[in-house]
Amino acid sequence: MSSQLEPSKDPGLPAHVHRKTDTDPKAADRAERQVAAMFGISALGTVLLIVSYVFIPDDVFVFIPIMGNQNAHQLGLGLGMAIALFFIGLGAIHWAKTLMPDQEVVMQRHEFRSPEQDRKDFVDTVKEGAASSGLGRRSLIKKSLGAALGLSALSPILLLRDLGPLPGPEQKMTNWKSGTYLVTDPGDRRIKASDLEVGSVAQVMPEFADPKDRHLDDIAKDALLLIRLRPSEFNLEPDRLAMTHEGIIAFSKICSHMGCAVALYEQTTKHLLCPCHQSTFDVTRAAKVIFGPAARPLPQLDITVDGEGYLIARKPFSEPVGPSFWGREK
Amino acid sequence: MTVEAKLGQVANYVDERTGAAAFLKKSLKKVFPDHWSFLLGEVALYSFVILLLSGTFLTFWFDPSMREVVYEGSYQPLEGVKMSAAYASALHISFEVRGGLLMRQIHHWAALIFMAAIVAHLLRVFFTGAFRKPREGNWIIGVGLLTLGIVEGFLGYSLPDDLLSGTGIRIAEAIIQAIPVVGSYLSYFAFGGVFPGELFIPRIYIVHVLLLPGAFLALITVHLMLVWYQKHTQYPGPGRTEKNVVGYPLMPMYMAKAGGFFFIVFGVTAFLGAVASINPIWLYGPYTPAQISAGSQPDWYMGWLDGLVRMAPPIETYFFGYTISWNILIPGLIIPGILFTGMALYPFIESWITGDKREHHLLDRPRNAPNRTALGAMSLTFMLVTLINGGNDLIATHFDLSINQIMWGTRIGVFVLPPLAFIITKRLCLSLQRADRELVLHGRETGRLLRMPSGEFVEVHEPISPEKAFILTSHEQMPALDLPAVDARGVKRAGALKNKLRARLSKANAEAIPKVSADDLKEIESH
Repeated sequence: MSSQLEPSKDPGLPAHVHRKTDTDPKAADRAERQVAAMFGISALGTVLLIVSYVFIPDDVFVFIPIMGNQNAHQLGLGLGMAIALFFIGLGAIHWAKTLMPDQEVVMQRHEFRSPEQDRKDFVDTVKEGAASSGLGRRSLIKKSLGAALGLSALSPILLLRDLGPLPGPEQKMTNWKSGTYLVTDPGDRRIKASDLEVGSVAQVMPEFADPKDRHLDDIAKDALLLIRLRPSEFNLEPDRLAMTHEGIIAFSKICSHMGCAVALYEQTTKHLLCPCHQSTFDVTRAAKVIFGPAARPLPQLDITVDGEGYLIARKPFSEPVGPSFWGREK
Repeated sequence: MTVEAKLGQVANYVDERTGAAAFLKKSLKKVFPDHWSFLLGEVALYSFVILLLSGTFLTFWFDPSMREVVYEGSYQPLEGVKMSAAYASALHISFEVRGGLLMRQIHHWAALIFMAAIVAHLLRVFFTGAFRKPREGNWIIGVGLLTLGIVEGFLGYSLPDDLLSGTGIRIAEAIIQAIPVVGSYLSYFAFGGVFPGELFIPRIYIVHVLLLPGAFLALITVHLMLVWYQKHTQYPGPGRTEKNVVGYPLMPMYMAKAGGFFFIVFGVTAFLGAVASINPIWLYGPYTPAQISAGSQPDWYMGWLDGLVRMAPPIETYFFGYTISWNILIPGLIIPGILFTGMALYPFIESWITGDKREHHLLDRPRNAPNRTALGAMSLTFMLVTLINGGNDLIATHFDLSINQIMWGTRIGVFVLPPLAFIITKRLCLSLQRADRELVLHGRETGRLLRMPSGEFVEVHEPISPEKAFILTSHEQMPALDLPAVDARGVKRAGALKNKLRARLSKANAEAIPKVSADDLKEIESH
């Protein structure tokens, strides 16, 4: 049955099959009209774009099933543009497929390797050039040139030095000092312990003489979470318990993993969750990491109240807040 | 005058001033093989052009400044909110510039398509073996373009300074800081001091709109010149050999098809920009380090990296007061470094294993290179598992699962599933080879049943066409390298361990179902 099959024997290019448009002039004319129609639709798309730009105000919304309310101006512009472009492409491809010669052409390749003589001459030329420059013999030139080139590469590195200051103590410090008032964010009002109900959570900032001076640089290290539990719910070492006030415990809101805001608090489990990488901290155990990639608990701030009952920081943070870095514990 | 005559005059004009007639004639007749999978790289190229056009539009209004301003634009919910000038101008583009939102969405969609097309193109090149000699250099350029694309995309969606993009920058800063010894210095230099400072967005802006696009243009130019000069690879088939290219000439067929395809890609991107909302920055609000929206996700091509970081075990080591954050270094720098270096070097690794130093212009059918195909499936599985973990929060909320379960599932899966994918894919390839062999030997099943005089039922098989048989048998089956531990004179070779490894890899690589030979056919006929 397979006598005509010879494995690995190339039967050659299959014969070219004529398309209908190759043999039937009527079919070819029809194809021409189809291509022209597509280009015509494209032109209509541009008209839609112009009409949308000029006549549709940008505050009109239309309801479209599935997509819901859509801005008519934006939708008209976009659809007009999409139609204008898409149908140019479709027309061109239909033109190519129906009317341009579709006979496959064979082109020969040449091996990239040059004839032996050329290769030899080339290698000799390179060798000769290298030899005549004396690079191999005059080692003093070679070494001094290498050193000079290497040294010159230092200048761009040096010139980039002023991209920023060198890391200083501010890297490890926050605006929380002894006696700094905790204020609401937003609002900048001082807080009394009674403002916080059991089970609630609040984001607070250190008080600034003028809140306008508080920039993102400050927020990036000062953001603090206040959580109030029943004191009996804590499972803390005595020194950590002493840092709380009437069941209110304060943690840095900046994740000890990669610095995202640890914004999700689950009231029932008393877990804090970072939405970036799902590090989970147990509030009752001083923000111990119970899941996820964070390696350290959130730093806890020692808080108390002043004579009038307003919450203040008793001490600054005892460790840098935020993600780890090389000299963090130095 | 007819169009032909006019174009003839143009050609004459060009040649009289450049003498390029011979070169241009040859170029216009240049043959390009036709296959849908060759369009993937074209999609990437066209998306890049769309990115340049739409991106230029956006620069006319975007203000890359972190100066604090109070919003007074037409978007009511943010009225009076303090924000950076960058974010305010991105809102201005979205709400006040006519067509601005459309261009923003086209730009972002084109970026997603650009990366998807690069990855799909890379997979096509990998699985068909198109990276083999003489195209190793172009493979490395491609890996470079992929890497730059990830960086460029990240910088791009970081620019608007909304809550989501600022969070991304914060994470990038943490990765920089985690680099041992110099991390804090690099971070201070990049941000001009502490995070976030006021310098980062202006700096990445110039990288995003000038430095990297320049690098892209240069690399893409070289990439295409090499394709042009080395001529495109082609799939095996009747009439196609290592010594020829079969396809359509550049003019007119290929020009019309490729040019038309550009407009189709642009049209589809514009359609997406028109109807599919992407990155609605006004919903996120301006960046502040103290807030975040739940379900924060990077763009898809960063998802695997995010997933790796999420699944990392919580390990930091401390010595003499210094900290090394393995939980950031391993997933954020070490694994990506190994993956991308390995990918760039793969053509050389494969040729070292096979000992094959010849030129290849005919593509492999993936089943005929089982080891390579299995390796690709293994890498894809790795990426898929990490990508799934990158969306673990969304998966958890959408499918009512626990994040912890997904995290543990992927932590285990990332070790177990890729090797499993390797084994299964390799077996699948060998089975397909076996099926090919069956097909050549016994023909195809017709579905017609015949009852023999003995009462037995048999199915009638029909021989396949010579063309089909050629495709199934024309590939090469290389034997494993013969690498004895001792040389001809009985002396142990240098680098015994390396030699042994190479011999084992080569043996695994050469595993195949023998293709049908002339002897096989003769034997079957004698039955």
